[in-house]
Amino acid sequence: MHITQGQFSFLPPLTDDEIRAQVDYAISKGWAVAIEWTDDPHPRNVYWNMWGTPMFEIKDGAAALFELQACRKACPNTYIKVNAFDNTRGVESTVMSFIVNQPVMEPGFGLIRQEAAGRTIRYTTRPYATERPGGYSND
Amino acid sequence: MTSIDLQQILTDANIGEVLDQLDQDLVGLAPVKQRIREIAAFLVVSRARQQLGIESAPPSLHMCFTGNPGTGKTTVALRMAEILHRLGYVRKGHVVSVTRDDLVGQYIGHTAPKTREVLKKAMGGVLFIDEAYYLYRPENERDYGQEAIEILLQVMENNRDDLVVILAGYKDRMEKFFQSNPGMSSRIAHHIDFPDYSQAELVEIAGKMVATMHYRFDDGALKAMAEYIDFRQKQPHFANARSIRNALDRARLRHANRVFDLAAGGKSKPTAEELSTITEADIRASRVFDGGLNADMKVESKADF
Amino acid sequence: MSNLTDGRITDIKERYKGGVLKYKQMGYWRPDYEPKDTDFICVFRITPQEGVDPEEAAAAVAGESSTATWTVVWTDMLTAYEDYQGKAYRLDAVPGTGVGTDKEAQYFAYIAYDIILFEEGSIANVTASLIGNVFSFKPLKAARLEDIRIPVAYVKTFKGPPTGIIVERERLDKYGRPLLGATMKPKLGLSGKNYGRVVYEGLTGGLDFTKDDENINSQPFMHWRDRFLFCMEAVNRAQANSGEIKGHYLNITAATMEDMYERAEFAKELGSNIIMVDLIIGWTAIQSISNWARKNDMILHMHRAGHGTYTRQKNHGVSFRVMAKWLRLAGVDHLHAGTAVGKLEGDPMTVQGYYNVCRDGVTRQDLARGIFFDQDWADLRKVMPVASGGIHAGQIHQLLHLFGDDVVMQFGGGTIGHPGGIQAGATANRVGIEAMVKARNEGRDILNEGPDILRQAAKWCKPLEQALETWKDVSFNYTSTDTPDFVTTPTASS
Repeated sequence: MHITQGQFSFLPPLTDDEIRAQVDYAISKGWAVAIEWTDDPHPRNVYWNMWGTPMFEIKDGAAALFELQACRKACPNTYIKVNAFDNTRGVESTVMSFIVNQPVMEPGFGLIRQEAAGRTIRYTTRPYATERPGGYSND
Repeated sequence: MTSIDLQQILTDANIGEVLDQLDQDLVGLAPVKQRIREIAAFLVVSRARQQLGIESAPPSLHMCFTGNPGTGKTTVALRMAEILHRLGYVRKGHVVSVTRDDLVGQYIGHTAPKTREVLKKAMGGVLFIDEAYYLYRPENERDYGQEAIEILLQVMENNRDDLVVILAGYKDRMEKFFQSNPGMSSRIAHHIDFPDYSQAELVEIAGKMVATMHYRFDDGALKAMAEYIDFRQKQPHFANARSIRNALDRARLRHANRVFDLAAGGKSKPTAEELSTITEADIRASRVFDGGLNADMKVESKADF
Repeated sequence: MSNLTDGRITDIKERYKGGVLKYKQMGYWRPDYEPKDTDFICVFRITPQEGVDPEEAAAAVAGESSTATWTVVWTDMLTAYEDYQGKAYRLDAVPGTGVGTDKEAQYFAYIAYDIILFEEGSIANVTASLIGNVFSFKPLKAARLEDIRIPVAYVKTFKGPPTGIIVERERLDKYGRPLLGATMKPKLGLSGKNYGRVVYEGLTGGLDFTKDDENINSQPFMHWRDRFLFCMEAVNRAQANSGEIKGHYLNITAATMEDMYERAEFAKELGSNIIMVDLIIGWTAIQSISNWARKNDMILHMHRAGHGTYTRQKNHGVSFRVMAKWLRLAGVDHLHAGTAVGKLEGDPMTVQGYYNVCRDGVTRQDLARGIFFDQDWADLRKVMPVASGGIHAGQIHQLLHLFGDDVVMQFGGGTIGHPGGIQAGATANRVGIEAMVKARNEGRDILNEGPDILRQAAKWCKPLEQALETWKDVSFNYTSTDTPDFVTTPTASS
């Protein structure tokens, strides 16, 4: 299983040079770049952990890679993504987001169905990855 | 036999243009300009060697600029960044100029993020650390400067492609700093020493500065300026070109007062000529001629009265 | 009797003596009038009947779309009638028409309307005036409302899109690339279970959204509850397969508002994040369902079925840019706005104009894109345009170049007709989009290098290779009927 969140999830994993090029694009647009990580891949897990604060004043993608390497070292077996944020009026939101690190094993999701009246079904998506919460190593 | 056209690399990168610009911007400094030419040549050759596959690792490019204040270190750093950028050694070519206060924090856990923040801003360009030796304060064992130095060292080694660090400051203090920080010393590949300007060079600098301000010296003023420089050089806190600029700023104030007084008395209406001519009196009114700040001031530091 | 230069009769006795006056005489032609910031401004393309003075024709449009009737009525005098009069203040001959050309003379008539004419927050009221009786008016052969400037004061009486582009992306957690959808095919005849299968395959293959077609409601072959239940099973399974939020536009279009609310409530109960209506439900129903969507955190997808009856003819009707403006006010989140490269009508620049109307904070005058006026949207949320109709993977670079990231690209046949199956079709399009966005961000010239970028990606993505091969020769190069005509330097009419 391989989760397909993020704007490049159907492409082969990006190399560091490719990541830097994407960050350079964000910088050229005047966007702030941020790194976030999590061990919970649930599609509605909005708040991943922030790796430091967003980088507002960097001039070169290398700066983001510098932080990314540190993040990978600290949280090697987790999901890590790079985000870009546009603060212009009327946007003021994330404008890029792509995953740059994944756990070796992605166990996937279970779908829990609760039957209700009139054939209605209530669905719950459960990530198997969070069955052992609190850790981001594989042991 | 594979060969490569060095001249072509130079031409492609327009390095000549930058060196010419440097000649125009900076009076004198012949040894500095010579060093920069040497470094530029070294960079071009390294580039050629890389292109031919003789060399794989990029050369270490961190530098140290030593010299007294006002000798053109910052200006040269800007040009150096441009040369590095044009030859593709840094990707963006901007210069981030900092001192100890920008790198070192006030409390535990403050320094690392501060230093990393500065390093990230400088990536793709040049980090210029003025008076870098203040990072090291051996008299205080728990000084956070050491932490900044360690992070700097790591990045200077691991992120050679991403930024070039230039340390700057007085020569003697910098030498002491290197003695106590051999790790830093070994990572600096190029040293450039900036000599003080000669009296004649400073007079020339004064002339150029006055011109860019759209003023001119009359004959008396030019002579007075030369004498002024003679006196000032021997007084404390002399900062080469910076002192000249300060002197000229004050001369312009006196000039303005003088012209205004004349006009206020109703004696004359100033002409364009008078409005832009600095005279002997405007220069000679300076305290420097009475022995400078030693004569009547003790506390003002780094001032040029 | 005092006649002003614009032909108005200002002497009260003359003006109201009973009988028929020219519209100009009644004061609907006002070349000296300067529109106020609070005025509506419309530009109509008019084709006067032979022998009708164009200024009189413009005045007639102003009159018939505001307060006038065919004869003089003394009851006007009980009102501040000048304020209620539409004022034709400028007339430009349309380039390429009239004497010396093979087309009959057409004019752009600029007409200003005081804001008092319109009930706040009601597109029904705006349309009743501006495209009401006037479009059947005999002295004109044809009339088309080309563009409209809505005063900010009036914009602020609308709530606009219930969700908007920004919040939609935050809800879906999808950023930095066009969204990818597909309309389920065949349009008609699939049972609920079979239909849900197509949804499941498409979403699992990599689509963000699947879509009901405009005429899928509750026919004998598939009742709406069945459709909703099977589709939501498919959406949730696909979501679990991918770890990514998915959606299916559940079409709630129905005979009555009560039916629509019932269907919308059921969609909500099943956890759908999006519902869909067709344009043909009408302005009032659109505004009602928009309010419902806003209350219930639902994205509202608008299929513009039927718009061609207004928009298609260049000389008569309403331009789509005007429809798009009204729909943004009325409050829809998705709007089909053309593809420029697909099977449906659309000149590329003109279509870009529609997209800008949907997405700008302030739309600037842009005559080449058919935009006649600056339009301040007063921070109204932005509508996500949808490019749908006869497009395929081989055109992704053109689509991305024309429309950027904030668009839903919908490849219906281009997904379901894939020789490797529906999942393969979805994957091909998703890979194509992501590869193109990545290349663009890397600074490559996608318009020219696009085919090469797709071929490179096809080397490791078999489904994309098949898609490119299957549809390599498909393009729809018909001349557009709706292209902008404009005077390059706008000048005051003489």
